[in-house]
Amino acid sequence: MKLSGAEIFVECLKKEGVDTIFGYPGGVVLNIYDVLHKQRDIRHILAKHEQGAVHAADGYARASGKPGVVLVTSGPGATNTVTGIATAYMDSIPMVVFTGQVPMSMIGNDAFQEADIVGITRPCTKHNYLVSHVSKLASTIKEAFHIATHGRPGPVLIDLPKDVTVNKTEFKYPAKVDLKGFRPTVHGNPQQLKRAVEHLKQAECPLLFTGGGVLLSGASGELRKLVRKIQAPITSTLMGLGAYPGDDPLFLGMPGMHGTCAANLSLQNADLILAVGARFDDRVTGKIEAFAPKATIVHVDIDPTSIKKNIRVDVPIVGDCRNTLKELNTLLAAERGVKWKQKHKAWWARIGQWQKDRPMTYRDREGHIAPQYVVEQIYKATKGEAIVTTEVGQNQMWAAQFYKFKHPRQFLTSGGLGTMGYGFPAAIGAQFACPDKVVFDIAGDGSIQMNIQELATAVQHKLPVNIAILDNRFLGMVRQWQQLFYDCRYASTCLTSAPDFVKLAEAYGAVGIRVTKKADVYKAIKKAIAIKNTVILHFIVDREANVMPMVPAGASIDEMMFEDNGEKKLTPEQGDKIISG
Amino acid sequence: MRHTISVVVENKFGVLARVAGLFSGRGFNIESLNVAPMLDPAYSQMTIVTSGDDRILEQVSKQLHKLINVIKVLDYSGGEEFINRELVLIKVTAKAEHRAEALRISDIFRAKVVDSSAAHYTIEVTGSQGKVNAIIEMLRPLGIKGIVRTGPVAMSR
Repeated sequence: MKLSGAEIFVECLKKEGVDTIFGYPGGVVLNIYDVLHKQRDIRHILAKHEQGAVHAADGYARASGKPGVVLVTSGPGATNTVTGIATAYMDSIPMVVFTGQVPMSMIGNDAFQEADIVGITRPCTKHNYLVSHVSKLASTIKEAFHIATHGRPGPVLIDLPKDVTVNKTEFKYPAKVDLKGFRPTVHGNPQQLKRAVEHLKQAECPLLFTGGGVLLSGASGELRKLVRKIQAPITSTLMGLGAYPGDDPLFLGMPGMHGTCAANLSLQNADLILAVGARFDDRVTGKIEAFAPKATIVHVDIDPTSIKKNIRVDVPIVGDCRNTLKELNTLLAAERGVKWKQKHKAWWARIGQWQKDRPMTYRDREGHIAPQYVVEQIYKATKGEAIVTTEVGQNQMWAAQFYKFKHPRQFLTSGGLGTMGYGFPAAIGAQFACPDKVVFDIAGDGSIQMNIQELATAVQHKLPVNIAILDNRFLGMVRQWQQLFYDCRYASTCLTSAPDFVKLAEAYGAVGIRVTKKADVYKAIKKAIAIKNTVILHFIVDREANVMPMVPAGASIDEMMFEDNGEKKLTPEQGDKIISG
Repeated sequence: MRHTISVVVENKFGVLARVAGLFSGRGFNIESLNVAPMLDPAYSQMTIVTSGDDRILEQVSKQLHKLINVIKVLDYSGGEEFINRELVLIKVTAKAEHRAEALRISDIFRAKVVDSSAAHYTIEVTGSQGKVNAIIEMLRPLGIKGIVRTGPVAMSR
């Protein structure tokens, strides 16, 4: 039987097991929406802005492990997805984005709502397609899902001209995909694996350094097994938090610009670094020439371009993290003679000293709510089990520092692109993926306003998403840099015209709770969790709290600033100006 | 350092833009780029000449390989023996007093005159870049009106 392109689109999604898509309709995708309207297998979540739709699909993907799916119209609908796609691309999130396009015959004519979205998204997608004929639609969708979810995952975009959705063809969904140019290496080279084990056996000061790849490949179980076997310290990038339990004594916390002292000093003093699914981002390495000077580096990654991109690597291993860790575990199980704990005893003593000298602390001023305290209380009230999304800036770093993530896919944050406005729509997507979980978006008063319109989406579906706004009436992270490096000149970072967030919540049909006293923080969080509706928790926090420790941009990661040694103090005049401004 | 990179790609629309984008996105100029279908017309062969930092070019080469439409990448600067040839058309002034000289030079380089008029010869020459540059230098004093170069194509020995 012949089906229209729109019908084929829906059939293909069903074949891929898609049950939820996020989108926004428009002229050239009317045929698809008409077919979606007539069926019950796939639910369509109407966002209020296409960027929100993409972040929601991204949050859905991160929380569930399934690819996120987006459907939008041509022109502005398509261009509005770009930030969301770039966010997913930087963090390797599997996603398939469908954009409508003007009919094939009109492409290139500056037609109404025409944009060359394939050209625009070429550098920020893993791959993209313009479907030029309905006969190619099914195979293109099959390929897109395959590419998005295999190898290093990422977003794939499919541009659908209107005539392709109307025209009919015989529907046949290909059983498998054979792409000559896409055959990722999933098993590490056995020789290299053996070399890695030899290095682990020899090392006196080894360190595991893991990233988002561990979560993406579902390698958390193998990772835990390996770390416990060899009794080595482990540190994880922002993207990898939750792969190893944050409350475990072998876990040192996050390294890098706002990492723990113990994690940074361990990287700088290790004689062996086993890096798994991490890409040595500049926020982790600091000054690259001074990074990990004593270490032999073993680097496991599925993407060959990640290896030796930023740092020298002694043992490169291209392969899937889960397979590779599993193979390493098998090899390690045969090493019965090694007394791992004993071998690392001196190393642990040094680390223990660093942890004792510089624990994670924060300034807790009388009469103020420290933003870090709020994160700690969210951790306590949710027993460490919530799915936490963040915006970008101070809120993101405090969430990473003070919420101890126990599980994979529990912490959803825009690490690579650093997209303000990510957290709230991502929380919506996560709540759709995990309806029984408590979901918190830890936000700032600046970033929450970047996709605040999605409150309508959350309320429409009665989603019990909790938004914790840490309101300091600043763009806090930028202000912190201005305080520390620009002599307290707070250029365009003072937010004095923010809305009344409680009234705003009420205007959308959500619940707003304002918290101004430290004593009320925990109660308010508990109350919010109990409410079966979207809640804004509006915390008025210490205005000039900083994220510490901090490694200044361009410095080596052992040159850390702490609350008590790095902070410039404001003059009283400057202080007055901020308060009145 | 100068690199000659040979890339086998799927013969589809948009592939050239993807390849070029990897260079332009890093601020690299492509000196020359040559592309045409292979024996199997489903694929095309590109020969790209560029220069830049070796480490960055290794990265570009890996990134090229990562493109879904790219089947094979070979950077000849890695030491592999290869032949490279380029075709050039040179329009040279050929007034009475220079006509014989132009023909002599063309003979030395085994070039061919493919068009002639009262005032010009158009000379076709193929060869390595060294040879091509040499004939251009020899003809320059006679007055070159214009040249068109294909850029090299390369093949391993």
